[in-house]
Amino acid sequence: MRVRVEVMLKAGVQDPQGEAVASALRGLGFDGVGSVRQGKLFEIDMDAADRETAEAAARAMCEKLLANDVIETFAVKV
Amino acid sequence: MRAAVVVFPGSNCDRDMAVALRAATGQAPDMVWHRDTSLPAGVDLVALPGGFSFGDYLRCGAIAARSPIMAAVAAHAGRGGAVLGVCNGWQLLTEAGLLPGVLLRNRDTRFLCKLASLKVAAPSAFTDGYAPEQVLRIPIAHHDGNFKADAATLDALEAERRVAFRYVDAAGEVTDEANPNGSDRAIAGVLSENRRVLGMMPHPERAISPTLGSTDGAALFRGLVESLARA
Repeated sequence: MRVRVEVMLKAGVQDPQGEAVASALRGLGFDGVGSVRQGKLFEIDMDAADRETAEAAARAMCEKLLANDVIETFAVKV
Repeated sequence: MRAAVVVFPGSNCDRDMAVALRAATGQAPDMVWHRDTSLPAGVDLVALPGGFSFGDYLRCGAIAARSPIMAAVAAHAGRGGAVLGVCNGWQLLTEAGLLPGVLLRNRDTRFLCKLASLKVAAPSAFTDGYAPEQVLRIPIAHHDGNFKADAATLDALEAERRVAFRYVDAAGEVTDEANPNGSDRAIAGVLSENRRVLGMMPHPERAISPTLGSTDGAALFRGLVESLARA
């Protein structure tokens, strides 16, 4: 079963990489760019009996490893 | 003092740490592979060295913090054992939940490689080799040294005197310019609640010989040896 996990920095956490990307975009002529926040996308292929089990497993993966809950939030899509 | 240095794939400051520990203790430390599940018997100090464990994949220190050896390191810390995490080692300790907060990308996004001035900010087994508020020159070499924690955690660290080192200018003052990476409250090193675990971004093991540009790191290791011998 395929699960997509998105991990983003929490609002209010400094994102210097996102700021650097925004600056580079504006330098390329994309004047309208305000802020950019950079996150991570994981595509996980796993054995799971059904969608609920896969989703629960993915959430546990986020809590244990994929997201640092001090600074990141996550979203799971089966 | 019996010391062990944990080596992860991508650690690169383990040998410098071993040299510093050998100089201070008179014996070579045990080098422990991250896949081991126990520490050598009788270890007093576990050192988590700098480097790029697991290539900084996912988050700095995140995968290393889930290595098999870390259960033994956490148990050692829980028993009051001493743990010194330098640079990637500090990142690891925050990921392992043994120290609070997080180390983010440097404020100016550049990798910093230079001597920094630090002020000793709290007493501990790690800092008792120095005079209170002594200003040290210790090299930094990091991309993700920006220490962040929420206000409640920062206030608790201050109230409990668990800020071990702060970035300062040559005169010993905390200023924006003297803070190389944007760390909250110019914090360069943090102690655990039981004061036996220290995480710091600067590299004391790289400041033990005149040829390296500073010998200010030597007193950290000497002080540790004396503190742990007294214990």
